[in-house]
Amino acid sequence: MATGAREAAQARGKWLVSGPPILYLLVFFAAPTLIMAAASLRTPGEFGGLAPLVDEAGKLDLNFDSFARFFTEPVYLEVFVKSVIFATATTVLCLLIAYPLASVIATSPKRVRSLLLLLVILPFWSNFLIRIYAWMIILGPNAALARGVNGMLAWFGAGPVPLLFSSFAVLVCLVYVHLPFMVLPLYANLEKHDPALLDAAQDLGAHAWQRFWRITFPLSLPGVYAGAALVFIPALGIFAIPDLLGGPNDTLIGNLIKQQFLETRDWPFGSVLSIVLTVAALALAGLAAWFGQRATRARALVDA
Amino acid sequence: MPLLELRQVTRRFGDFTAVDHVDLAIDAGEFFTLLGPSGCGKTTLLRMIAGFEQPDEGQVLLDGVDLADSPPEARPVRTVFQSYALFPHMSVEGNVAFPLQMAKTPAREIPKRVAEALEDVRLTGFGRRYPHELSGGQRQRVAIARALVTHPTMLLLDEPLAALDAKLREEMQIELINLQKQAGITFVYVTHDQTEALALSHRIAVMNRGNVEQVDEPSKVYRFPKSRFVADFIGQCNLFSGTVAARDGGIVSIAVDALGTVRVATPSTIAPGTRASIALRPEQIRIGASQGDTASDNRFRGTVSDLLYMGDVTVYRVRTDGGAEVEALLANSQTGRAKFFEPGDAVEMDWPAAAGHFIED
Repeated sequence: MATGAREAAQARGKWLVSGPPILYLLVFFAAPTLIMAAASLRTPGEFGGLAPLVDEAGKLDLNFDSFARFFTEPVYLEVFVKSVIFATATTVLCLLIAYPLASVIATSPKRVRSLLLLLVILPFWSNFLIRIYAWMIILGPNAALARGVNGMLAWFGAGPVPLLFSSFAVLVCLVYVHLPFMVLPLYANLEKHDPALLDAAQDLGAHAWQRFWRITFPLSLPGVYAGAALVFIPALGIFAIPDLLGGPNDTLIGNLIKQQFLETRDWPFGSVLSIVLTVAALALAGLAAWFGQRATRARALVDA
Repeated sequence: MPLLELRQVTRRFGDFTAVDHVDLAIDAGEFFTLLGPSGCGKTTLLRMIAGFEQPDEGQVLLDGVDLADSPPEARPVRTVFQSYALFPHMSVEGNVAFPLQMAKTPAREIPKRVAEALEDVRLTGFGRRYPHELSGGQRQRVAIARALVTHPTMLLLDEPLAALDAKLREEMQIELINLQKQAGITFVYVTHDQTEALALSHRIAVMNRGNVEQVDEPSKVYRFPKSRFVADFIGQCNLFSGTVAARDGGIVSIAVDALGTVRVATPSTIAPGTRASIALRPEQIRIGASQGDTASDNRFRGTVSDLLYMGDVTVYRVRTDGGAEVEALLANSQTGRAKFFEPGDAVEMDWPAAAGHFIED
């Protein structure tokens, strides 16, 4: 009897702990997702919003018109592909910059380490939009950077190029904003590596590049995937950066969604775009995880 | 010419001298052990041979060639690390194949070489497993197979058995001896465990505070320690210090405080009046209720103050009438010794002059 009571108490405790977060996710994630899914099947209202669910003829008004529109009008797919390209480029650049940075932090003396980590997250202390506006000043036509670049171009006989309001500006800012999200999981992974493994590899005849490629990098893959997911998914849906720093051709899917809800007021089509974005992000993340697992397993077998 | 020669090798970390002008010569095919307490510099010395540390002074020569300019990956020596340092993302086969791949061994030869190496350490059939699926002893063997697969000229072992339990350790000791004999590769073995050093080695270098105190065969290190430190560190030992009272025909008499005059056989020509010590192993002492009237070089009466029952032997701590503490050891197998002494029993100890070992301070 006593054990039964204790088990019941344990079960109650488990629900007490996991209940609130589950409730939170249900209310603020699952429910909105379902509302969005439902909205994607409805007809846009004449003056924005949604048309009544049951039309005047008394028929249930659910259709796939908005989905059809996305898949038949190439301009939307183009924007989507462009978003994937931007997000991929951001992820790759972040990885290339963050990996050496995370390695340096992970191998630096313990006292310095926390300071370096603080510096990595320091940008979070100022507002996201303010940081984007700062980039507008840095990349602006009258700033030293643009003058220097265009001065050099003129020297080679090439015309001046605008840095601001271009794909270049969007990419630079995307990388800047997302870099900490790559550095932190990579650092957390690299910091746990046993230095004896590198000693052993060196002792067994591996030079610096082989030690990195055969030992450090494969062992850091979980960190790479975590960082890639943390960068790729938000970068895919971002709208503020292309809005403020991009040119007219730098509309990404995030901007399109914002447009549908706030300007065109076509909620069903906005919902369709959002669903496509969510599904694509999930699919790509899943694919990356699957590849990651396969890569480590295959590598181990190749080694054998 | 020795295979490995260390000449005046010194390594400092800030103010601390980890290895202080060490000279050593290790021959090909030897099982050589660096023995000492933690912090004595033995691991630093091993890391200098492997190439992970550079000596601040002195030279490390392999086959007469100075290794100063060759990084660890270029040296024909392999290390078995204390933590084994197996690559967790590679199977057993992957781990053992790694040094072959680094040495650009033709791919078709690798499976055969890996299989042979695994057979040598009795791990045939474990190739597809991953390190986390192995026991401590099996991991240890993978580490050894990985280090031996390229047939290095020398294998460095850094306390490789420290993480294993006592029973397994003994088993691995025997395996290591056989493996070394079979492979014919020079082993340099680092340990703080004196019984392990005595059991495994051809020769032992006893280290203390960055210095080598003695290099000798195990039986010589045990029987004829050169310094008080060696006598004390290797096995149990009674150390008697005093002033030399007389020297007569190879027998030196030393006046030991609280004990009395102790006679010891030594070829030393030490002058009377000098300070000196005698190292006496507990098992060299005869202990009994009464030894009768037979003449003896050294005989002392005392009372058992403590005893330590160890199963096969019992160690008795005896306080002599003069107030000195002497440890004597009695094998429990001895017939006619059925009676154990209890604390408080009066006993008599004696030992011949040849039993002790004379150490000049």
